[in-house]
Amino acid sequence: MNTDLIVAIVVSAIAYGTPLVLAGLGELLTERSGVLNLGVEGMMLMGAVTGFFVSQQLGGPGWAVLIVAMIVAAGAGGLMALIHAFLSITVRVNQIVSGLALTIFAGAVGLSSYVGQVWGIGGQHGLHQLNRVDLLGLGELPVVGPILFDQDPFVYLSWGLVVLVAWYLYRTRFGLYLRAVGESPRSADAMGINVTRYRYVHTVVGGALAGLGGAYFTLAIAPIWTDGLTAGAGWIAIALVIFAFWRPDVLLIGAYLFGALSSLGFTLQAHGVQMPSEFFSSLPYLMTVVVLAGASTTLARRRIGTPASLGVPYAREEG
Amino acid sequence: MISIERSLDTPRWQRVALPFMSLVLAAIISGLVLAASGHDPIATYRQIYAASFTSPGALTSTFVYATPLLFTGLCVAVAFRMRVWNIGGEGQLYMGAIGASGAGLLLGGLPQPLLIPVMIVAGVAFGALWAMIPGLLRAYLQTNEILVSLMLNYVAGLIMYFLIYDSQSFWRDLTSPTALVFPTGKTLSASATWPGVVIGSFTLPMGFLVGVGFAVLLFVLVRNTRFGFEMRVMGDSPSAATYAGMRTRRIILAVMALSGGIAGLGGASQIGDFGHVLDPRGLQQAQYGYTGIVVAALALYNPLAVVVVSILIGALTNAGFALQGPSFPAGLVGTMEGIILFSVLGGEILGRYRIRIGSQLRVAPADAEADAGR
Repeated sequence: MNTDLIVAIVVSAIAYGTPLVLAGLGELLTERSGVLNLGVEGMMLMGAVTGFFVSQQLGGPGWAVLIVAMIVAAGAGGLMALIHAFLSITVRVNQIVSGLALTIFAGAVGLSSYVGQVWGIGGQHGLHQLNRVDLLGLGELPVVGPILFDQDPFVYLSWGLVVLVAWYLYRTRFGLYLRAVGESPRSADAMGINVTRYRYVHTVVGGALAGLGGAYFTLAIAPIWTDGLTAGAGWIAIALVIFAFWRPDVLLIGAYLFGALSSLGFTLQAHGVQMPSEFFSSLPYLMTVVVLAGASTTLARRRIGTPASLGVPYAREEG
Repeated sequence: MISIERSLDTPRWQRVALPFMSLVLAAIISGLVLAASGHDPIATYRQIYAASFTSPGALTSTFVYATPLLFTGLCVAVAFRMRVWNIGGEGQLYMGAIGASGAGLLLGGLPQPLLIPVMIVAGVAFGALWAMIPGLLRAYLQTNEILVSLMLNYVAGLIMYFLIYDSQSFWRDLTSPTALVFPTGKTLSASATWPGVVIGSFTLPMGFLVGVGFAVLLFVLVRNTRFGFEMRVMGDSPSAATYAGMRTRRIILAVMALSGGIAGLGGASQIGDFGHVLDPRGLQQAQYGYTGIVVAALALYNPLAVVVVSILIGALTNAGFALQGPSFPAGLVGTMEGIILFSVLGGEILGRYRIRIGSQLRVAPADAEADAGR
């Protein structure tokens, strides 16, 4: 295989993997606090549509517009997560159904489609798109240049976030408390940790990261808005968290593997390989099934990483 | 002393009142969303009511949407009640449609009274087999069935696309020159058409009647049989079921097969009652599988209540398609359905807690944690 093809595959793996890294990190933080949020797909779509809308409306220098668009997208994702936080933490309803409700509410035929139509941004061509930044002028280096030093700011941001989240989880007091809340909210409560606050904060931050991940589709991959353009990326991000055993470093690798699978069809077709497009399109979904089955066999044996209280509401007066 | 405490059981009237209160709450919140986006809520609700019940032909088309929702609603109700989280109803419906249309095309020469049962069996079998993938993985490897069943929805959709748009498959019409340029499926023979019940200008699809039959069967099955008892025990407390020596794997598989089979039957009804052709875009556009979750939750996972709720949500879906346009954006119905689901969930707190005036004496049950989800 020639190097060009490999570089092309890696570069597009990073492009398609970046939204998964962002949304996956968000879900990882949420699940570490013991809250399962199945609304990632809906939160990503809300981030995608609001980010795109803001980038179309604002004037000014491109970089400033894009930063504002990213902040708004994160805010939209966080706001969606707040609904789930209220229902699952305060009202203590079933987290699975609440997350599904969020995806139905905000998803491909829900609010994201509704606001997209009310704002009339369907079919518009994007005015701003995140460009690659040649870091330290090293983008011209063979192989590592295009992979490591010639990415858009979102990609650098996602790398920074992986390091930040890993540091936060394993090297700070707050991270330790967060893991305690996820493992045993009762013990954490007895230690004086505010379980409710930890769960709220990490659910909302998780939503904000999902919103950012969604905005990557409309601000970086292709500057257009169509209903349901994330095509299940939110669900794959949830699967990735399981696959990564709730660890940010493994999540990054997993996300790029799925990114490679998602883009494999385009890359191979561009290099003249003929296969039905449906086959390539179904690869990430089939791979998710295979990976989940594989991870669950190990999990069943060793139970690595799963926060013990995941999906279980915490109520001080009960039990 | 006034205190808020857990109620040990939900009074019957509350179980009945809850869905209605949720709907009222949802109507108010949806009204706020409408007003915020510059629509008059009252006028919009009037439009929806007319488009789903009173305009000419409206009731018939409401049942066109209520029928698949009845099946996907039952699919979700039977699984979620047992805490088997099958959200693959969407894909299982596609597979049922593939199976039923395949059988209908293959045996198109059979007389109607034979062909219709064959299509039903094919639809159920395809849906149930597709649901066996997450079922087996869950039963033997404890793999998360939510994600597996959901991923398979996308795969089933792609299989349909492949059969019609990207291959020379048995399902595709390859005879006429226009069909080669604009791919469509083969149309089934007249004997594969399910006869509806015509009452004046209103047509009740046969599939809806079959669905009502299934709802009654499920209700009896869950309530009055040993298998139903085992399912309920497993749904309430998996560990109790294991200690009692129930074969939990078998129950999970049975629930999955039942749930997937019903969704597959919905797919068969899509072919026999309405489409008469395998139409990937049409099947995918409506998202019946996901809407089934709203139907089941609003029916509080009771099969008989699913019948009523499917008509209600079918009416809303119908209005969404009938009114679609600049003043009635496509995403509105999905948004409203999401709000309904949120309201049902939020309303649960009213059923689970009560305000008590007097001394605090009663103690919450030990397994309250496990029960909190329902």
